[in-house]
Amino acid sequence: MILSALFFYLFAGVTVASAFMVIASRNPVHSVLFLILAFVNSAGLFVMLGAEYLALLLIVVYVGAVAVLFLFVVMMLDVDFVELRQGFLQYMPVGAMVGIVLLIELVLGLGAWVISPELVGHTAEPMPALEAMSNVSVIGSVLYTKYVFFFQVAGLILLVAMIGAIVLTLRHKEFVKRQDISAQVARTPATSIEIRKVESGKGL
Amino acid sequence: MSDFMTTYGFPFLWMAFQSVLLMVVLLVIVAYVLLADRKIWAAVQIRRGPNVVGPWGLFQSFADLLKFVLKEPVIPSGSNKVLFLLAPLVSVVLALAGWVVMPVAEGWVIADINVGILYIFAVSSLGVYGVIIGGWASNSKYPFLSALRSAAQMVSYEVSIGFVIVTVLMCAGSLNLSKIVLAQQTGLASAIGLPWLSFLNWYWLPLLPMFVVFFISALAETNRPPFDLAEAESELVAGFMVEYGSTPYMMFMLAEYVSICLMCGLMTIMFMGGWLPPFDFAPFTWVPGIIWFLIKSFMVFFMIAMVKAMVPRYRYDQLMRLGWKVFLPLSLAMVVIVAAVLMITGWAPGAA
Repeated sequence: MILSALFFYLFAGVTVASAFMVIASRNPVHSVLFLILAFVNSAGLFVMLGAEYLALLLIVVYVGAVAVLFLFVVMMLDVDFVELRQGFLQYMPVGAMVGIVLLIELVLGLGAWVISPELVGHTAEPMPALEAMSNVSVIGSVLYTKYVFFFQVAGLILLVAMIGAIVLTLRHKEFVKRQDISAQVARTPATSIEIRKVESGKGL
Repeated sequence: MSDFMTTYGFPFLWMAFQSVLLMVVLLVIVAYVLLADRKIWAAVQIRRGPNVVGPWGLFQSFADLLKFVLKEPVIPSGSNKVLFLLAPLVSVVLALAGWVVMPVAEGWVIADINVGILYIFAVSSLGVYGVIIGGWASNSKYPFLSALRSAAQMVSYEVSIGFVIVTVLMCAGSLNLSKIVLAQQTGLASAIGLPWLSFLNWYWLPLLPMFVVFFISALAETNRPPFDLAEAESELVAGFMVEYGSTPYMMFMLAEYVSICLMCGLMTIMFMGGWLPPFDFAPFTWVPGIIWFLIKSFMVFFMIAMVKAMVPRYRYDQLMRLGWKVFLPLSLAMVVIVAAVLMITGWAPGAA
């Protein structure tokens, strides 16, 4: 028990500290690296909750793909962060308000569980113990039956976003020579080689 | 206190012992895999390969190790020193971390977790950070450009690797690597009434297109030739490793070979029945599972080494085309087809 508490505070502490460093560090690349550290430690927290599938999904999706793209963008773009910080005081009230609303929601939501603990059992889909059923089958049996509509809609929204991004950035330039792979593969000696008899002393 | 020791202490010590044992054995195997790679490459080109250090050059890898370790590490003055040294460390730790869930024989696994294959997928997708951090921290344009190329390549091929893993999972009905191997005990051979031909049970035959896709994607994922565009030692200098020397360079190379071995082991487990014997009768079943696992993994590695020796290097746009326009639709279609076949025929393993 003491060990799990120890690990909880380790993961939680590192998550909070690295989340702070994300906004505090001067170098944007360091910010992204601290963000990755925060993701990995939250994955550790998920493992401690018995949600091993979510933990690994967090690493695969967010750290393995999304954060790589963040890192790409931050490395490639020459963003002047000193200039961005100029309007810090101007935007602070809005940011603080969003933070406070989020905090109040969290306190209300989690406080309800503390005030009346019997609420915990009343969640929409109570999760069986890890020994009885693995995470993957629990999530799958709910996601593809009861919530299949929402699941499909979420997928469609992502598809629309992807197509939108492609439509906005794709430029078809004329007069650009492109490689036609199928034409290259379909070439045979008969269509590409011409054998001529050249008489000596004369060109073609 | 004694209570604490029996609950946490002794299991921890036992696990630490197992981990050290696995790591030592793995590193020795990697040393000889490296030698085998060079020897096979040499044999294809009708050369002798390393043959000076020890009999038939058997100690060449250890001589190389000593050479790397004894050299002076040079850190460029313009580099980000912490990240510059962190990058090879990240690479090698992540490459070794994948092995913790690898079942090399029945029950011979350090962490038999439920989502083992997803763990390996996660760890191998983190491997890109070693490359990208190393390239950026060098503070030089060639390593940086190479790191971007290499990272884009690794991210692209992860997609098709993910779909291949999904097809195998649907057939096996579990994310646990040991259960994937055990699910290959029955299959095609038992269906045609010849249960002793157990090598027909394995997934390489029903999922042959996926095996090929996974094999090629594994080459691209580990930056092996013909997809070694990051290093391309005959064209570029050394890609993202230009500024590295001595021990940090060795750690990058070590990470590369350890993750190649990891991919060989993964292919053995997913498609070639892991530690199961190829024929289910007397002399074959006597051989311990670890031997079969090693033989199969070395077979896969031999194929990888031969590809390096025989296939010319891909151009970068061809590499991207292969990943996104060929492998992604192919593996996506296979996911749908395999799911439909399992559903219609009722072969799908029950939810476990």
